[in-house]
Amino acid sequence: MPSDISDKKVKFLEEKALEIRELIIEMLLNAGSGHSAGPLGMADVFSSLYFHTLNHIPSKPDWEERDRLVLSNGHICPVRYAAMALSGYFPLSELKTLRQLGSRLQGHPHRTSLPGLETTSGPLGEGVSQAIGIALAGKMNKKDYHVYVVTGDGEHDEGNIWESVMMGARYKLDNLTVIIDRNNIQIDGFTEDVMPLESLKNKYESFGWHAEDIDGNNIREIVLTLDKVKTIHEMPSVIIARTIPGKGVHFMENNYYWHGNPPNKEQAKMAMKDLRTLKNKIESEY
Amino acid sequence: MINKDLQLNEFLFSSGVTNIATRDGYGEGLLSLAQENENIVVLTADLAESTRVDKFEEKYPDRFFECGISEQNMVAVAAGLGVTGKRVFTSSYATFSPGKNWETIRTTVCYNDSDVKIAGHHAGIMTAQDGATHQATEDIALVRCLPNMKVFVPADYFEAIRITEYVGKIYGPAYIRFSREKTPVITTEKTPFEPGENFSYWVSDKPECIIFATGYLLYFSLLAAKKLKEEGIEVEVVNVSSIKPINEENIVNKVKDVRKVVTVEDHQVAGGMGSMISEILSKECPSQISFMGLQDRFGESGKSFELVSKFGLDDVGIKNTVLNLLKK
Repeated sequence: MPSDISDKKVKFLEEKALEIRELIIEMLLNAGSGHSAGPLGMADVFSSLYFHTLNHIPSKPDWEERDRLVLSNGHICPVRYAAMALSGYFPLSELKTLRQLGSRLQGHPHRTSLPGLETTSGPLGEGVSQAIGIALAGKMNKKDYHVYVVTGDGEHDEGNIWESVMMGARYKLDNLTVIIDRNNIQIDGFTEDVMPLESLKNKYESFGWHAEDIDGNNIREIVLTLDKVKTIHEMPSVIIARTIPGKGVHFMENNYYWHGNPPNKEQAKMAMKDLRTLKNKIESEY
Repeated sequence: MINKDLQLNEFLFSSGVTNIATRDGYGEGLLSLAQENENIVVLTADLAESTRVDKFEEKYPDRFFECGISEQNMVAVAAGLGVTGKRVFTSSYATFSPGKNWETIRTTVCYNDSDVKIAGHHAGIMTAQDGATHQATEDIALVRCLPNMKVFVPADYFEAIRITEYVGKIYGPAYIRFSREKTPVITTEKTPFEPGENFSYWVSDKPECIIFATGYLLYFSLLAAKKLKEEGIEVEVVNVSSIKPINEENIVNKVKDVRKVVTVEDHQVAGGMGSMISEILSKECPSQISFMGLQDRFGESGKSFELVSKFGLDDVGIKNTVLNLLKK
């Protein structure tokens, strides 16, 4: 288990995250509907997962030994689709079919439509339970695969989440890691106004989980924490990844309007400019 | 007369007919499945004994998972297991599963096409003294509208074994409905069950009315048929244990020369087996139908067979309904 990661690798993962963000903006503009903030905020986590942490073979999505990634908050699927296409699960050109008639890229992920998806999701609160099922099967079959679940923070309003958190501890599922996109927004406003969640870390710890609280837009921290939790035994782990919703696009950051809306053509142009110049920190041909 | 081809219980009409609950057939079916297939897994939500999976737990502890009182969680955990090659049975009361966790079943089991079977126990007013909160009378309606879902209602103990074994041998979502109370054994180990086919248990060369019954009410329908015959009235009684899939042509063929139908179910008349029969018949074979079941009201506490009488679902009620229909 590496205790550190080279600067070169971090840079590579940051570049992949940037590519994912650009693809997200293009996809949402094409689709004309969908969620902007969540996918952009989680680009660093998905870059880390798909290009570093996951043990997977994109050309063999059914490979038995693969690590499983369950996306519980299905509405941020553009980030997953972008990461999958960049990894080679399907052609990049297919991304522009998002939400279109006949597409394998459904508005919310549908397992049997697209190889590489582990579950069907959208309705919130159901992903950790399904991941528990997959993790239990891994234990029964004596497989070494690890099950990762990405969840939203707002979806922790759902009772089902806490049912599953209890069960994960009950069965000591150390092959299970939940990553919470702690971006503090949900459809009706800021999470702490809609239904306070804090302290999420204390909540999970009191339920018998190992908990980490990190900067979810810091690739080095993400990767090292994902490595670390694999060394925790006899209990499942949660990583509370504090992310900036809309990360990388200045007018989308921390604004809950962008939770459930796509950019229009003009906004997409501004967003691409932001991303390609890293908010005017670098020069770009754009 | 009784359909002799089906090799039914020869003591069916005797006063000492054996009574066994369909949930016991479920428990038996699971044990035989588990012996043959190591991928059979059972989950419950704090109801191991009353849903008759306690023996499975004892014999196969490594394939049994207690989920606590969390029906949404249980069915989603099952959905996770079911996409890995496990064939999962979830056991709870029908009011909670598919009642409380319906959307989870819709998304993670049916739309996700996971290999999960939902056993809905304590269905109908037969749940008796626990009262209406625990008497699922809407579950057939809830599950039969779900794409990918198969739906079965065993009429007795032996059919419960056969149906459990059948769904345990096929991939995909299925719902089976069970009763709490011990009910008369109608079939034998030799009685056929074929998914989609619903056999006529009481036959006649020239029936005046076709009775479609589901679950244990098949017994009271057969009693009613016998009494009607004694009064010179011929009917046919069909055991609708396969709600979905269903051979529509078979249903139409039974009715097309008769056009008078009674449906009998321990369920709301809205959305249940009777609704399904009327959907089929209204397409090609419009008929007069009397729908027997709960008429848009909840059940209540009482002894099981008292309740069946109170709601008019016993042999007397069925017979009177047929007579009234024939007068129309």
